[in-house]
Amino acid sequence: MSNLVFLIPIALFLGGLGLVAFLWTLRTGQYEDLDGAAWRALDDGDDKPEA
Amino acid sequence: MSCCAPGVEGGLDLNGSGSGLPSSEELRLSAKVLGDGLFQTDLSVPGVYCGACITTLEGELKKLPMVARSRVNLSSKRVSVVWKESVNGQATDPSEFVRQIVSTGYETHLFSLAGEAGDEQRNKLLRAVAVAGFASANIMLLSVSVWSGAEASTRDMFHWLSAAIAAPALVYSGRFFFTSAWKALRHGQTNMDVPISIGVLLSYFVSLWETFNHAEHAWFDATVMLLFFLLIGRTLDHMMRDRARSAISGLARLSPRGAMVIGDDGSREYRPVEEIKPGDRLAIAVGDRIAVDGVVLSGTSDIDQSIVNGESTPVPVGAGTSVQAGMLNLTGPLEMKAMSAARDSFLAEIIGLMEAAEGGRARYRRIADRAAQYYAPAVHLLAFLSFLGWGFLGGDWKHAMLVAVAVLIITCPCALGLAVPVVQVVAAGRLFQNGIMVKDGSAMERLAEIDSVYFDKTGTLTLGRPRLVNRGDVGEDALSIAAGLGFYSRHPLSQALFRSAQGLFMPTFAEISEVPGAGVEAKAEAGVYRLGSRLFACGPEAAAAAQQGAESEVVLSLDGREIATFLFEDAPRPDAEASIETLHAKGLSTAIISGDRAPVVASLASRLGISQWKAALSPRDKAEAVSQAVSHGSRALMVGDGINDAPALAAAHVSMAPATAADVGRQAADFVFLRDSLEAVPIAIDVSRKAGQLIRQNFALAIGYNIVAVPIAILGYATPLIAALAMSSSSIIVVVNALRINRMARVEHPEPPLAAKAPTLGQGAHIAV
Repeated sequence: MSNLVFLIPIALFLGGLGLVAFLWTLRTGQYEDLDGAAWRALDDGDDKPEA
Repeated sequence: MSCCAPGVEGGLDLNGSGSGLPSSEELRLSAKVLGDGLFQTDLSVPGVYCGACITTLEGELKKLPMVARSRVNLSSKRVSVVWKESVNGQATDPSEFVRQIVSTGYETHLFSLAGEAGDEQRNKLLRAVAVAGFASANIMLLSVSVWSGAEASTRDMFHWLSAAIAAPALVYSGRFFFTSAWKALRHGQTNMDVPISIGVLLSYFVSLWETFNHAEHAWFDATVMLLFFLLIGRTLDHMMRDRARSAISGLARLSPRGAMVIGDDGSREYRPVEEIKPGDRLAIAVGDRIAVDGVVLSGTSDIDQSIVNGESTPVPVGAGTSVQAGMLNLTGPLEMKAMSAARDSFLAEIIGLMEAAEGGRARYRRIADRAAQYYAPAVHLLAFLSFLGWGFLGGDWKHAMLVAVAVLIITCPCALGLAVPVVQVVAAGRLFQNGIMVKDGSAMERLAEIDSVYFDKTGTLTLGRPRLVNRGDVGEDALSIAAGLGFYSRHPLSQALFRSAQGLFMPTFAEISEVPGAGVEAKAEAGVYRLGSRLFACGPEAAAAAQQGAESEVVLSLDGREIATFLFEDAPRPDAEASIETLHAKGLSTAIISGDRAPVVASLASRLGISQWKAALSPRDKAEAVSQAVSHGSRALMVGDGINDAPALAAAHVSMAPATAADVGRQAADFVFLRDSLEAVPIAIDVSRKAGQLIRQNFALAIGYNIVAVPIAILGYATPLIAALAMSSSSIIVVVNALRINRMARVEHPEPPLAAKAPTLGQGAHIAV
């Protein structure tokens, strides 16, 4: 019983972390162009900061 | 900057002065102001399809000093360009980056930023799904512990925790269902959301009460899981509509956003179309569309009015000719007087007709809603009867209440809520791969029901591009001379001549002039060549003697003597014949309703094997023809592209338009197909019918599940564990069944983009011009 005091908050916290991460990806528009992202991953020269 | 890369058509556009590209004024007017001298313009680029396209486009745009940054979105096929108002103190010209895009071989269109509201709703739904998913996962974790035998006080604590997690999720994620159910109830109707809301709320509060009394069973997991599954269905439904909408608006080939107004003192000012008043003098450049109805004051030109009335051949205009909004000015600059404001123009009249002709769309009730009409009362009656039965027979009213809640939860239309949207999303994806966009799910349901198909002619059955038909008769020499001349004109017949002479050597001419409304004239060593109408090329006597057939003609003459006559007809879309045959084989009747002249329509109809046709119809006639058929009980599909088809598109049970259609036409249509081939029509019908079949199968599965599960619930054996198992397994079965459509409908490979198939520009001589 006593270990539940730690385990349940930990479980909820981890789940909450996932939720927050998802909401963050949504807000930063990471689902706007799924097809493009798939290609950009293969492109070497892309998305580097300009020198 | 242009010469080598683009396809031939791109090259023509660049050399022609106006072309279909948005003007700098238009771009400036539509750009979004970001501050600090930065503007953002979103352009649609339908040709992008892979990583190389992204790199090419972004790389080319980066070369321009005025472009601050650019990003291609492959999913929505758009590029958004952020550009500077001025570079080193010099004002920039936004049309420069549009030309840069065209020079890489991609066609591009400007579109308005109107569709942003839809994204907001989608994100709201996605957030609600995320919250419901989080809550149901955590509550399930606690529930599993309870089911595996948690003891009294631990169980109570787990139940209280579950209640605490479920409450905010219920409010946040459930509000979509609650508000919609409330709206329906207030108007004395029911929809699918009513049983959902009642089931969810009742199960939550009964569970809360049970928890308060230290009871064994609580239904918090079922409550939230229901929300989770149903929200997935709702989100899919919304996203499908959203994607189609953005793609369609992305292709918008706008009716003009403004026009150049000439002031009394001769000053010129570009004004948005809403601010143009009757009496204003407007300058219409070559390649511009006419913004409002009016009369030509000076200048001569040819006008392409195909989008307005379906007439395939351009018409010469001069001072005094009246012109209508939407027509395209082809060969010479015009000055015109606006006769009516934009809201009274031809376009606005069409929109009025469309509103009057509300077709199947307004009357149609979606399958899911029709099912809910019977489902909701049946379920509520069942739950109420089990409550009364257990209460009177067993005497334990509390237990009766629990059984009634179990019945509500088990029958809650989880599978039903997923059954329709999942099938429709998968089917829409299938159609998208075949180059067909669907506006919403109900369109597919309606398309599955049709029994007759009405086609417009110009631009729908045909490509709206003329094709040389007597190439064998005219001889190569004449053709190459004519093509060399035709290169200098934007008249569609001249361009068709130029295209059909690909690969021949074309002579160049030193002195060339285009006579708007007539043709092209060039001085060469042999004499004066003229290419154009018979009147222009050979003089009035020859023109009077000749007869005009079904085809359009262009005459080439040397010093007034005819050398050759080129005959053109509007080329039918690829696979038009085969597609019509397929439609007949499916038992559908076909008909042509066209605004074009009777002989042209008749010859096409007989060639395609369509027996019913009507010619020379006004937009109102077309709409009436369709709504008459509809009122006689026929379910008609209308396929059309012009502004003149828009009322008919709205009147039909369901409608389709090619992507080249006028903006209004695309807005009115339920389906938009992106490829040239007319095969899109039978494919769309096929996929829609299969989707309809799968939806019915899914309903059958869901009802079958209820037949098994409901007796268990009524008998009082449905524990939360059984409910959770039953709900998730039925949802999974429905989704898996929906995915079968991927195997039922055929796959086609996407067309290569313009850049890949463009031939090299062999006629180097022309580049020197």
